[in-house]
Order: sequence, then C-alpha cells, then structure tokens
Amino acid sequence: MSGNHNHVIDNSLAGKVKEQTGVSAAQCYQCGKCSAGCPVSEDMDYPPSLIMRMLQTGDPADEEMILRSTSIWYCLTCEMCIARCPMEVDIPPMMDYLRNESIKQDKANPSSKNIIRFHKAFLDSIRETGRLYELGLTLDFKVRSMKLMQDMSIVPTMLAKNKLNFLPEMIKNRRNVKQIFQKTIDKKEGSK
Amino acid sequence: MARIGVFICHCGENISATVDCAKVAEVTANIPGVAVSVDYKYMCSDPGQNMIKEYIEKEKLTGVVVAACSPRMHEPTFRRACGEAGLNPFLCEMANLREHCSWVHDKNEATTNKAIDIVRTLVEKVKRNEPLMPIKVPVTKTALVIGGGVAGIQSALDIANCGHKVIMVEKDPSIGGHMSQLSETFPTLDCSQCILTPRMVEVAQHPNITLYTYAEVESLDGFIGNFKVKIRKKAKSLDEKLCTGCGLCTTKCPAKKIPSEFDQGLSNRTAIYVPFPQAVPNKPVIDKEHCTYYIKGKCKVCEIVCPTKAIRFDQEDEIIEVEVGALVLATGFDIKRANFFPEYGYGKYKDLIDGLQFERIASASGPTLGEIRRPSDGQIPKKIVFLACAGSRDPAKGIEYCSKICCMYTAKHAILYKHKVHDGTAYIFYMDIRAAGKNYDEFTRRAIEEDGAKYIRGRVSRIYERDGKLIVVGADTLMNAKTVEIEADMVVLATAGVASPGAEELAQKLHVSYDQHKFFAEAHPKLRPVETNTAGIFLAGACQNVKDIPESVAQASGAAVKVCGLFSNDELTRDPSVAVVNRTAPPLFSTCVGCFLCQSVCPYQAIEKEEIKSRDGKILKTVAFINPSVCQGCGTCVALCRSKSIDILGYTHKQVYAEVDALLNTL
Amino acid sequence: MKLGFYPGCSLEGMSREYSDSVVALAKRFDIELVQIPDWNCCGATAAHNLNKELSLSLPARNLALAEKEGFTDVVVPCAACYSRFSTTHHELMHNHDLRHKINEVMEMEYKGTINTLNVIQFIDKYIIDKIEEKIVKKFNYKAACYYGCLLVRPNNILGFDRAEDPQTMDVVMRKIGADSIDWAFKTECCGAGLSVSATNTVARLSGKIVDDAEHRGAEVIIVACPMCHSNLDMRRSEINKYLGKKVTTPILYITQALGLAVGISEKELGFKRHFVPVNLPIKAETIQKEEVKTKKVEVE
Repeated sequence: MSGNHNHVIDNSLAGKVKEQTGVSAAQCYQCGKCSAGCPVSEDMDYPPSLIMRMLQTGDPADEEMILRSTSIWYCLTCEMCIARCPMEVDIPPMMDYLRNESIKQDKANPSSKNIIRFHKAFLDSIRETGRLYELGLTLDFKVRSMKLMQDMSIVPTMLAKNKLNFLPEMIKNRRNVKQIFQKTIDKKEGSK
Repeated sequence: MARIGVFICHCGENISATVDCAKVAEVTANIPGVAVSVDYKYMCSDPGQNMIKEYIEKEKLTGVVVAACSPRMHEPTFRRACGEAGLNPFLCEMANLREHCSWVHDKNEATTNKAIDIVRTLVEKVKRNEPLMPIKVPVTKTALVIGGGVAGIQSALDIANCGHKVIMVEKDPSIGGHMSQLSETFPTLDCSQCILTPRMVEVAQHPNITLYTYAEVESLDGFIGNFKVKIRKKAKSLDEKLCTGCGLCTTKCPAKKIPSEFDQGLSNRTAIYVPFPQAVPNKPVIDKEHCTYYIKGKCKVCEIVCPTKAIRFDQEDEIIEVEVGALVLATGFDIKRANFFPEYGYGKYKDLIDGLQFERIASASGPTLGEIRRPSDGQIPKKIVFLACAGSRDPAKGIEYCSKICCMYTAKHAILYKHKVHDGTAYIFYMDIRAAGKNYDEFTRRAIEEDGAKYIRGRVSRIYERDGKLIVVGADTLMNAKTVEIEADMVVLATAGVASPGAEELAQKLHVSYDQHKFFAEAHPKLRPVETNTAGIFLAGACQNVKDIPESVAQASGAAVKVCGLFSNDELTRDPSVAVVNRTAPPLFSTCVGCFLCQSVCPYQAIEKEEIKSRDGKILKTVAFINPSVCQGCGTCVALCRSKSIDILGYTHKQVYAEVDALLNTL
Repeated sequence: MKLGFYPGCSLEGMSREYSDSVVALAKRFDIELVQIPDWNCCGATAAHNLNKELSLSLPARNLALAEKEGFTDVVVPCAACYSRFSTTHHELMHNHDLRHKINEVMEMEYKGTINTLNVIQFIDKYIIDKIEEKIVKKFNYKAACYYGCLLVRPNNILGFDRAEDPQTMDVVMRKIGADSIDWAFKTECCGAGLSVSATNTVARLSGKIVDDAEHRGAEVIIVACPMCHSNLDMRRSEINKYLGKKVTTPILYITQALGLAVGISEKELGFKRHFVPVNLPIKAETIQKEEVKTKKVEVE
C-alpha cells in the first residue's frame, strides 16, 4: 500500500481554527480540566471545554452558538487552560481567533457589548495618540456604554492621587501608528 | 551449470497491485542460468510450496529464488520446502518484492523494472551460494528468572514444576513485589497477601529453585541455550545459615526513623530490617546507608543481641557466576508519586497520597492496621476524593499512554473506604472507566450502585490546602463542564504506572530492546507477547507494560512454556551464517596476518587464537579462529579485517559483490 | 550603566508609582533606565482580542525601535506588556512569513535581538547580588507574593520560573528579610482587563486572592504588575463588598518593597497614590534568620 495520505479538507469552523492558529479541536478529549481551572467559567454561557465540544461536532448550529457566546468575551487570556491541559490544546490563540471572527461576522453577543466597547475605546485612544489616554478612555467608554455613574466613587480619588493625567500623551510618530491601524484592523472593517 | 528456479509471488494483491508479476516472470526467464521462471498468487500456501518442490525435482534445480515478501516473514517456510524436496535450504534465497518494492511505490513501469532488478540480483547471488549445514549447540537446562514479584514467582514455579532448575534473582530483601503491598485484589477482593504468600513459600522451598534475594544481575554473556550470568549478591551483613529469623535484632536497633519502602514512606523501619512480617526469606538485612555502625563506626547492638551470632559486619558483596539456557524478565513496574504533580502541590500535602500508599493504609498489616486515617493527624477522613488518570493519558506530562489498572483499583479503593467508613463520602474524578476484564465492569458498577461511590466525569485542575482540608477544584463534564469544588479530608491520586527503576540499565546489560518509556519490547505486539528480540530472553508481567495480576500470571506461564519448549531440545540448531577465517594450502595456511584486531572488536568474544604447527610441533603461524558456536554472524570482523581474510558463510564477498555487479550492469 | 526601559501606558498614567519605584531602585544601584524613544502602546488585551496583526505590530514597533537604539536588555515592568513583547518576539522568530508581514505593516525591521526582562528578571540580573550591603531596614513582614497570570504563563514561551507555585519573587523578598508565605492563590487571575467592563467579576476574583492572603496571615501582598495592583488595590471597596468584610492588607509593588529596604523614602515610592493605605506596622528591628525555604522540587 503506497502511502498517499490525502490531506483532510475541513471547511468547518474547527478546520479554520486549525488552519489559522494550528490548534486542533480533535486533540481535546473533553476532560474538563480547562473549565475547572478557568477563573470566569461560571460567568461564561459555555465553559471552555464545552466551546471545544461545540467546535468538534462541526454542526453549523453549534458554530453559530460559539460565535454568539459570551464565553469568548469573558475569556481573560489568563492562559490557565493551556497551562493545565494534558493534551496541550492551545485555547488562548483559539479564543483570539473566535473573537476576531465573531466581530467580523457581526455575531458578538449583546451581553458582551460593554466588554467589546471597552476594547474598541481603548484602541481608538491609541490610534489617535499612540499611547493610552486613560481619562479619554473612561469618558469614551461611559458614552458608549451609557454607564455614566460607574466608578464615579473612585474618579475623584484617582484625580486627587494624581493617577489620571488630564492631558493625553502624544508620541511624535503618530503617523506610523495610525498607518499600522490602517493596514490591519481598519482594513477589514470600519473603525469605531 | 546453474539451473535456478525463479518463483514470483503476487502475495494476493500486495505485490501484484503495483508490480506486473507476469512481466517479471517473463523477463527473468531470460537471465542466463535461470531454468524456470513462474508467477503464482500465494507462494507460501501449500499449493505454492508444492509447486516449488515439484519444479525442483522435475527441472533438477540447483538453486531457488522466491520473489515475494520479506525473508523475515517466510524465509524459513521456503527453505524448509526446498529441504523437503532435497535441495539444501541455503541454496534458496528470497527477493523482497513487497517491503522493498510494491509497498513503497505506485503502480507503473518503473516499479516493475525495479522488481526485475531485485530478482536479477538475487539470481546472481544464488548462483554463487554453497550448501551449508546447520550448527548444533548444547542447551543448559537451567532458567534464570529476574524479579520475584507475582509474575516471576509464577514463571519460576511453572518451569521448576516441569523438572528444570530455576535460579531466581530479586533485588529487594524479600520476594513478593507490589502484590505483597496490596490490601485486597480486584474483582474478588481477595486478601492479596493471603493468596500470594503460599506461592512465595513454595518458591523458597521448591527443590528446583535457587533463590537469591538482595541480589542483582551484574552482567550477561553468551547466547540462547548457553548464557553465562554474573550475579551480585549484595552484602546482607548476615550469615544466612546461622540466622533463625527470630527478629530480635530488629527490635533492638537504635536507628528507627528510616522511612519504610514497603509502607511507601508512611511508617518507619530500623536499619537492620525485614521489609514485612511475611517476607520470604524471613531474614533481615542491614541497610548500610542508614546503619549507625557503617556510617559512624559505633553501635553493633544487633551483633551483641543476636542469639546465634549471625551478624557479619565485614561481609562484602559476592559475585557468583551461573550458566543458564534462558532468562525470564519479570522486573515489574513502579508508579509516579505525588511530587510529580505541580498543580496538586508538588507532593507537599501529607494527606494527598498515591494509590500504593492508600493500599498500605487499607491493609490490615499496614501503618494504621487497616483503618483509613489521614497521614497528617490520624483522623478518619469523612470526605475522600480519588483522582483517576493522574498523570496517565497526559502528553503534557510525558505519559501519553493509559496505565490500565487504575480504573479498577480506584473503584476498589472506593469500595474498601466505604466498607470501613460507613458515613463517609467517596468522590471519584474520572475520564473513562476502563474495566474490560472478566467481572470487571460489574465490579465498577458495584462501587457505584452498592457502595455509593460518586463518580464525577472530569479532571481536577488544582488542589490546594486550606485550614487542614484539601480543596479540590474539578469539573463535571456531564453537567456542561460545571465547576465542582470539594473540601476533601484526603485525596488519593491514581498515578501513572511507569517502568521499574533500573529497567534501562538492565535492558542494556542484557541487550534487550525497550521503548521510550523504558518498558521492555516484545518481539511482536500481537503474536509474540512473551518473547523479546533477543533469543532466549522472555518477558513476563508489568515490565513489558503495566498490567493487572491475572494478565501478569498468564504472561508468566506463557513465558515459562516458551522456556520449557526451549529446554525440550537437547541441542539447538544454529544458523550457519557464521564468519570463517580462511584456510589455504601451506606455506601460507591463511591470508590472515595474525593482527587480531577482529578479536578486540567481536561483541561476542567469539574469536580465538589458533596456532598452526609443523609436524614436529614448531609454531609456524598464529592466526584467528572463529568459534562457530558463539559467532552471531554480525559481520564486524569481516568489515574490519584488513587482509580480507574473513567471510560470512551465505554472505560471502563473492556473493554480495555479485549482487552489486548485477545491479550496476543494468545501469 | 544604562538599560532599555519600556514603561507602557499604565506606568505613565494610573500606576505611576510603579514606574517611580522602578526608576528610583535602579538609580540606587547606578542603573539608568532609558526609555525607548517614542514608544507606543503595546496594544495590551484590546489589540489581540480584536485583531491578530495589530496585536503583533504594536509591540513589534517598540522592539524594532529598541533595536535601532542599540539596546539588548529592555526592562518591561508591566506584566501584560512583557507578555505581549515576549509573545510577539516568539511568533515573529518562529514564522518567517509572519515576520515579513509585520515588518511590512510597521515599515520597520525587527531582527530579533531584544531580550525582554520582566521586573523580577531585572532584579535577579542586576540588583539582587548587590542588595545585601545596601539594606538599611529589613522588610520583616509576612508577605504573600502574588505573581498573577502573565509572568509565568505560557511557560513554554516565557521560560520564566515555573507555572505552578513559582518562587522567584519569594526568593527576592526573602533576601530583604521578608517572611514569604506559602499560599494558594499565587497565580490565580485577578480579573485582568475586565476591571471597568465587568467589575463584578474582578471583585470576585480579586476578592478571593485578597481573602486567601489575609487568611494565612499576610501583612502585605507583593505584586509585579500594574493591572494586578489596580484590581487588588483600587477595587478594594468592591472586594470588601463581595467578601462582606473590610480587608486592609496593602498591596505593594516588589520594587516598592525593595526600595523601602534600601532606604528610599515612602514619598519617592509613591505610597500616597495607593487606594489602600500602606500602614505597615512598626516592628522591633530583629535580625531575621534567613530561612531560605526554597523548595528544590525535582519533578520526575
């Protein structure tokens, strides 16, 4: 039997994950150690090992649930899962990819919108000045999330303790940073 | 005049799928010296073999080439067939058209041409083959069993009961192995020592068995039927003939704080000690590394109190040499300990133990006399958590295999716990339940249905200690991977089974193959489970792969029958492909110049010096002589000899160069 | 001597006291930390959550700038920035095509010569051997060393300390006289970047950490990451609400603890900026017998 092993062609989400990140869902034998050690497992709608199972089925309905889950947005990228996984399934880069896809396909879970808004506000700040302008981020986030009263208790203290700069710090070569944004995240979707 | 018969096999479709066998037969018929050239679907079958025999007789063939599978498969088959037809078996060669051609190429003309080339080279070789006679060597009908656990014991008894002598070597002071440490055995819950100790005593008392404990194999020489083994008898510091086993010395020894190996560190022993009360032999040894006299030169209390004056502090290790015909390796296994698990505390929590330690706690002769108690404070644990698959099936930790026995002994542990702590709760974190043996699955169901063990499907992410309890953080994957956190009083890890310490060194001494996990390699994973690739050395028990007691015993008996089969011959027939230093007419006598470089490189010490003398006794020349009984035909001396005076029968320079020339002439 | 320095956005803003303490400590040992000129934000969590190439380009720009400046060792006290730098370096060095792509995006070339040091590596390499002679006041408090996530994981990329029960910070703290305790939440996540967008989660996760340290008698929690400090310190009222009790254990950066030991003033170390007052009890100056309880565990 001459060896002519055809490469398995996999158009499912798991196949794309494998192609883009090298992570193979087939390696997971559902031991649950990742879910057990995940600090935000109880906040997520599907703990990480369940997300893995939904990837394994290849069922488009399951794939839809993954991209619409809150799991991928609660994930802190604390790397605890890969640190303990006996099969060394690298979940963090997989989660990154699923997040990117979720935004790309406009399927982000509405409950996670504040988390996403925060990230977007953060990046908007850097795009403009090259460095994070914390006061600007806070205001931007409040406006986006309408959480106007949140953290009002600590803002005065922060200002008093000189923890919040009133003015943004601008780097000189802002053009370089802006153009990095233009060639990457701004290319696929509109900003903001 | 050569008359070679060429027989091309289709091997079903294995060869014919990519090689045009009919074409090969057609072309090779035209090679000078080939008298007949045919193809057939299954040469190794009865009709196939009969066809060869008929052609030999009909065509008066002087040589046969069977172009088929690898000679490792069927060379003996076809050589036997030729022998039955009256042709010397060594005038039959196989051309490998399967592993060397059809299996590694696609179907096309080039593949067929390659097959033709292969056949052609073998035809040229066979034309230059000489008839050879097998070499006969005697067989020493004594077996060496290395390892005194249940597998070694079974093998030794089986061989001894067949009337052959057995020497058993065990490195611990007593035989019995891990089975003697167990509390009860699954699935019957027999008391482990109760079923084992009668066998241990039988070994000690059997007239055909010589038992050396506290001893190890030092070196191995020779070959199947004729091994020479050096055994190191470590100094016990005891005259065994005088010692009565009264045990007084062990009660008086002042060095009392040495962790007991038998109790897995849960209790202490003295420096002069018997590992456990039912030890065989029931005589102590002195642990030189911890004995006050050996360390500081003071004490000698044991010598003073011994009623028979059996203590011998000046005793040295003794090397003895024995001759045996076969070896059985039964060196058993070991397990990983709690310190193997960073996420479970690196072994620093006293109440987080491994499966063997739990056996000792549960055992009636153990450190807690059979009561389940926490090692830290002696309290009875009301909540106990068992972790199955701890370290096994875990490529991240380097152990990708399943350790086979843990599912069963974990269920057993849960049952034993519940029998002793009626108001306690046993949790078992598992991934699968592997219970494939006879009455095994029923046993695990019993643990769940009758004894109330709570099985949770999921692994444990981490365990830490808080306020004297162990916090176990796991997941229940059958409940959508919900986190399960248990405040346990005690945790038992069913740790991975691994090779015995020293397995690699022993394998290298014996020239036995082993895998990357240091388990000894069987000769064929399916069909030859008790043999190794080293002729005359057999395997029994967990040293080949972690396994339970019934399988160890079965394999041990299997190895024993192989040994007895070997011993049922008075003589062994050896392959005549041995090296020979040439001899010619005087005054040269041999092209060998007597440099004896060959002697220094022969791995089997098969080369001797031969003095060629004149009629009046004067030494004319000293040349090399290779002992055909010892030579293994490895060819090292042949390659090394600077005067090209050595040849291997059946693979002479002439024959091998003929093959090479045959190949090159086409190009 | 001069070393490359990447403060990152937190150290310039909310966590300025961390930056002040690192620079002051370095100065005490004759080390000048030189900022990478015109450095940009590394992208932190937001970038890799939303776009992979962006998440690699932003740190890569800083690495390329550092190379241009001629640095080899670059001190990165923020654990998140350290993680992003190390991951970027690893990915670019292991994937030729990716490196090409990212170099193209940022219009600069990164050759791979930068050695990123987290704050503990910096202390180990440049300070710890000389610290004993400079100690003026032993830090004899019971300290819970909190490593967080990104200093030790993923271990195969960072190659720093060990992922479970790490010891490097503990060893450093013992060198200045601290009683570094064994506790159960050394590497459990504090809630990271969800501080603003999911404050309840942070309250729970950080609450568990603070609770365990306090339970085991820690008088101070030592950190090496501004995010961890912020969650454990600035969010203390939410933590107290979650725990149902008031915990007053202060959070100190490791450089603040070391700074205190070598005589740098509380003012210079920025204690006033903390939310939880740093009220370390005044103890009698006992000569602490150094019990180096470093466990040399051999994993088979």
